[in-house]
Amino acid sequence: MTPELGQGILLVALGLTLWGVAAATAGGRTGRPALVESAQHAVVGVFALLTLAFALLVYAFLTFDFSVRYVALNTNLGTPFYYRITGVWGALEGSLVLWAWMLGLYSLIVVLGQRERARELYPWVLAVMLVVLTFFLLVMTVAAPPFTRLTPAPANGRGLNPLLEDTGMITHPIALYLGFTGFTVPFAFAIAALVTSRVGDTWITLTRRWTIIAWYFLSLGLLIGGWWSYHVLGWGGYWAWDPVENAAFMPWLTGTAFLHSVMIQERRRMLKLWNITLVILTFSLTMFGTFLTRSGVIASVHAFTQGTVGVFFLAFLALVVLASLVLLSWRWYALRAQGQLDSVVSRESAFLLNNLLLVAVTFTVFFGTVFPLLAEAVRGVKVSVGAPFFNQVNVPLFLGLVFLMGVGPLIAWRRASPENLRRNFLVPVALGAVGAAVFFLLGVRSALAVLALALTLFVAATIGLDVSRATRARLRAGESLFPALGGLLLRHNRRYGGFVVHLGILLIVVGVTGSQAWSVQRESTLAVGETTELAGYRLRFDGLRANEESNHFKVVGRFSVSRNGSPPALMEPTKKFYPQETTPIAGVDYWLGFWEDLYLVLGDFTRDGRQATVKVQVNRLVTWIWIGGFVLTLGAALAILPERRKP
Amino acid sequence: MKPKFVFGGLVIVLALAYLIYSGVTQSAVYFVTPSELTAAPVAGKAYRLGGLVTPGSLSWEPKTLDLRFVLTDGKSTVAVRHKGTAPDLFGEGRGAVVEGSWAPEGYFKATLIMAKHSEEYQAPADGEAGYRELMRSLQAPQ
Repeated sequence: MTPELGQGILLVALGLTLWGVAAATAGGRTGRPALVESAQHAVVGVFALLTLAFALLVYAFLTFDFSVRYVALNTNLGTPFYYRITGVWGALEGSLVLWAWMLGLYSLIVVLGQRERARELYPWVLAVMLVVLTFFLLVMTVAAPPFTRLTPAPANGRGLNPLLEDTGMITHPIALYLGFTGFTVPFAFAIAALVTSRVGDTWITLTRRWTIIAWYFLSLGLLIGGWWSYHVLGWGGYWAWDPVENAAFMPWLTGTAFLHSVMIQERRRMLKLWNITLVILTFSLTMFGTFLTRSGVIASVHAFTQGTVGVFFLAFLALVVLASLVLLSWRWYALRAQGQLDSVVSRESAFLLNNLLLVAVTFTVFFGTVFPLLAEAVRGVKVSVGAPFFNQVNVPLFLGLVFLMGVGPLIAWRRASPENLRRNFLVPVALGAVGAAVFFLLGVRSALAVLALALTLFVAATIGLDVSRATRARLRAGESLFPALGGLLLRHNRRYGGFVVHLGILLIVVGVTGSQAWSVQRESTLAVGETTELAGYRLRFDGLRANEESNHFKVVGRFSVSRNGSPPALMEPTKKFYPQETTPIAGVDYWLGFWEDLYLVLGDFTRDGRQATVKVQVNRLVTWIWIGGFVLTLGAALAILPERRKP
Repeated sequence: MKPKFVFGGLVIVLALAYLIYSGVTQSAVYFVTPSELTAAPVAGKAYRLGGLVTPGSLSWEPKTLDLRFVLTDGKSTVAVRHKGTAPDLFGEGRGAVVEGSWAPEGYFKATLIMAKHSEEYQAPADGEAGYRELMRSLQAPQ
């Protein structure tokens, strides 16, 4: 029964969204409240139906209902309970259900929260949200139906892709999808603003917080993805410029650009056209990213399904871009700027440059991702541009962005006087220069590493300077230290939340610089009892052990590891063999540390267990990336809170 | 718009174009077959070379981590040397893609080996049997 019931639910939901789009559009045109109310009911109804469909799919997974094709493909009787639930979004069809459900949730929150605040925009916002929902429901009913029946139902399923058997499987996709779907709300407001010609500041004010919420989740998703990659994939890295990573990174970049350029529109009424374009671009990039990851156009480590889904996404993407361009040209006149750029040395121009760099990074990532496709189509040659291309082109741009992170928040609006520059930047520049000299004397010989660390110090100093000034002003007004600091964070939470985000990024910069510049590794083949050494660690191979787990078979390498003569401890990197997989999966063993991680991957071994090859890595400062990521999300959360100004 | 902003913008766009151009010319890696490579090998240039691992050509020295094999496309062959273990799917008679450069001494020096995955996500015909056998050999008293 489940397959038919599920399909029925999705069809009814599709009918409801279609009705909702019609009602919302008519309501927007005629201004009749009854129509808008009807569209609202459609949103509530669709959300309820999607919740039901999602629950039904979870139920099918929990009860091993292999008469549902998707269940049979993505779980089996040996799958542990936990992964039976996460397996629901382990492949395309279930991901779409989760995705659509989240979109329904966002739409519901819009209905509950924004009704009163944006009367004119509201019907159109609903219409856009419902159009996007319609698209996802179309994909789910036509191209990738999650509830297809499999006859006869097999006795056992194929099982989840073993790489997905990880705790990251619950947090990573959920955060990432909440980020991706979250950008639909700002997009809906932007389109509504264009349609109603209310391109002034209302939509920007209403949209900014939605954008930070989406940005917060997308950041979290990217960070968890990096962590997952580091501790599961067994190559010792956290970012590979894989097309799928790039797909999630591009909307993050343009979203970041928007969060900065919004401030110029709020303050100086400039960049209206630019801001609306950034929001549309960000949403389009989320669709493009989904197309990339779900179409199989580009080979990627993420083995996702191919099929007709790609065509659907491409068509929808084309529709979004075309409709947006038409609307933009239609409202061209209203989008002209009122403010004027006065000087190159000003906050406006620092923010503009920041936007330019972020879009430039987006463009190079886009270019590098699709270049192999273009080259093959145009010149007929097969070319790949890998990590070297992205690093070579983007590192200078990233360093520029770090520099602007120090300049932007402190430089004066309109035109910075020499006095303003001296007061705000003399000390940070001096600190950065001294830092560069110290790093050089300490033996750092990579110019890029010295530059990155010096810039980090410079930016940290600007933040320190600003915070200490603001705190002292409050102390003079009679507050004591901690209430003063707390007051800064809570009453000016946008500005200081932003600073906390910047601090997080600085920590990430240090972590990336350190891990790129100072990590070491070696690969050794050891017979039982033999030892190898790397960077003060001493490893002795004690043999192999084999374990039968519930759904796979595991070979465990046993190594006694000591550091500088300390008593040895056991480390056990593994290789896991899954019946449904041709390739064994590496199980990394690691010691995470503040300054460095010891990271072991078991390679080749002989079947008698007397000899094994092990890859030993000492990865430096990687932990700073995770700490920085945590700080960054704290800052973003702070910036989401409503501003509490003094009465 | 004041001329100096237009000029500044132009400078930035040109700098970016140069960055991308030099990035592509320096780090784009061309995919070639053994025939294409042996026809005109350029020493030191980065290539991706794809072919079948010739049966009987594979040698692996665990102690020195020297891996040697011959890739073929049926017409030409290229000797490949690599330092380090091969990926799990790698084997004689199977497809492989190696990334690296042509050494003047007349062999391909691989820095990265990628075994060709089959597109299908499913168990190999002998997967279950092979892994049972492996388990028995490992669990036998040593």
